[in-house]
Amino acid sequence: MEKKFMKGNEAIAEAAIRAGCRFFAGYPITPQSEIPEYLSWRLPEVGGVFVQGESEIASISMVHGAAAAGVRAMTSSSSPGMSLKAEGISTLAGARLPAVIVDVARSGAGSGQILPGQNQYNVATKAPGHGGFKVIALAPSTVQEAVDLTYKAFDYADRDRNPVIVLADGVIGGMMEAVTLPEYKTEMPDKSDWVLDGCKGREIRVNSSYVHDVAMLEKQQIDSAAMYERWQLEDAQSESYLVDDAEIVIAAYGISARAAKSAIRELRKEGVKIGLVRPITVSPFPFAAFDALDYKRVRHILCVEMCIPALMVEDVRCAVARRTEISTFGRGGGFVISPDQIVDAVRMLSGEGRK
Amino acid sequence: MEKIYGKPGSLQPTGNTFCPGCLHGTALKLVAEVIDKLELREKTFGVLPIGCSTLSMFYNNYDMITSAHGRAPAVATGYKRCRPDNFVFTYQGDGDLAAIGLAEIMHCANRGENISAIFANNGIYGMTGGQMAPTTLVGQKATTCKSGREASQVGYPMRMAEMISTLQAPVYVARFALNTPANVLKARAGIEKAFRNQVEGKGYSFVELLTNCPTNWGVSAGESLKWIAEKTIPYFPLGEFRNN
Amino acid sequence: MANIVIDAELCKSCEFCCDACPQKIIRVGESNNAKGYRFVEQFNSEKCTACRLCAIMCPEAAIEVYK
Repeated sequence: MEKKFMKGNEAIAEAAIRAGCRFFAGYPITPQSEIPEYLSWRLPEVGGVFVQGESEIASISMVHGAAAAGVRAMTSSSSPGMSLKAEGISTLAGARLPAVIVDVARSGAGSGQILPGQNQYNVATKAPGHGGFKVIALAPSTVQEAVDLTYKAFDYADRDRNPVIVLADGVIGGMMEAVTLPEYKTEMPDKSDWVLDGCKGREIRVNSSYVHDVAMLEKQQIDSAAMYERWQLEDAQSESYLVDDAEIVIAAYGISARAAKSAIRELRKEGVKIGLVRPITVSPFPFAAFDALDYKRVRHILCVEMCIPALMVEDVRCAVARRTEISTFGRGGGFVISPDQIVDAVRMLSGEGRK
Repeated sequence: MEKIYGKPGSLQPTGNTFCPGCLHGTALKLVAEVIDKLELREKTFGVLPIGCSTLSMFYNNYDMITSAHGRAPAVATGYKRCRPDNFVFTYQGDGDLAAIGLAEIMHCANRGENISAIFANNGIYGMTGGQMAPTTLVGQKATTCKSGREASQVGYPMRMAEMISTLQAPVYVARFALNTPANVLKARAGIEKAFRNQVEGKGYSFVELLTNCPTNWGVSAGESLKWIAEKTIPYFPLGEFRNN
Repeated sequence: MANIVIDAELCKSCEFCCDACPQKIIRVGESNNAKGYRFVEQFNSEKCTACRLCAIMCPEAAIEVYK
């Protein structure tokens, strides 16, 4: 397996190629423009197709067509572009078509800032588009993890015939780290039972997110709900770091978790019994990891997010179910959380105990 | 006796549920006839819009997809780039193509994608109950311009065939009407040119069809054909704007 | 002898065929089909020349023409 020093965005793009992605459409937006730039020359090398769409909406719609053609397809954007893609992502879910959407999140509402943020949590985990559907959302905290999760995203998408989001942020996207690249995937899933390849030798197929028969649409929603339940049981992933004897647990994902680990190592040297629960799938949320904590010992959970107001904390509250105190620490505007800031935030907690 | 005209195989034997006299029925019949003639049915991927013609998913007899409103040209682009040997056409109404989908149709045409585009222009929004369209005529009444379209407020109807013919890439751009048998036959010939262009790998073709909406125009089916002759065609001239 | 076959159940009585027929031998009939439309009928088949204009205009593809 090949080891390379790569920028996050480019590593994500290369991971997609290795996973068999052969169609990409996207639009430039900071901080992810390297993804379309990289794929514009890399896809033709492997016989794939790159199109610079005229907008994020056009791009997700091109992915819609490619997905119907049976090709592993991807688009990418950052926060404002994800808003534009929302109807397209919803259409993919309603039409039961696979695709991977990479969100390299930046800060703020509207144009906000081009600097990183973790403000896309709700979009990725609750409503990437209208209509109440869900997606698996994968949150890397290193460039290697971005590679591994992007590679896996295509498998989830094809397995479920559903869009999958890779929720990165501008730090992961922009930083350079050594990565081991996966092998090129050679065996693709069999899509012959649903792909729209022309009706030769079979009945016609109509792919539509519009479902004329109301009972059929309800059945589809019931089936989707069952799928989301299966995700919760089978696909939820997290990392629990130094939680066994922890009295304080940090809950964080992505780049915040990276900074939190450094803070934890610092605090441990001072004897603070502190650990981390890091969701890797932010959807399905790893409730089991929070159930596994020893609440006789854990007196406080500090939810650290690079967004104000904190967003993941609402899922953490749900997971913890009042078994201990929860508070938040965050930076917004585009400021990247540093380990020192987290150390200071934890120090402000110590001694508080249960109220 | 020999059958010299009948329902094309690329339409389902059951009927459609369009309004009486709706020229979507005629337009989709012509599309089906050409698909039959060029033996394309088994390779066809029809990209349907959002509008009355979405329901043609129950009448057409080939693989189809419904796109999000306005996005058919982008969906077609993604599909055709992945499956260049399949036959791909888009079918859109005036809201889908000239309002919400204006960027997609222009850029698909500008890129010169090797697909065939059909534009059913009836100057009003049918499925949503008769609102003004980008191609509603000046003075024409609609539910969002009850006193009639006022150019000083909302500008003039858009001539899409002309606009697309200003782009360099498209190889065939034409406008026909479906209000008389002679016009219908010309339209079919134009659709055949457009479809042949794709089969021969020549590039992007655009066929605008002047159609009707008796229900939302508030006239009978027969009167709607007169409307096309007397009001629509004078503003939207028929002909081939590009024929490479 | 030329003739047409009209699928009465598909007809919506739009009368395009009646207007298109150069011989004026198609008219709205007396009976309703299952959908409640008063379907058209050809009432003088001897004058039919199989010009196909009725079938060309029909939005329902409800007319077959034989020659």
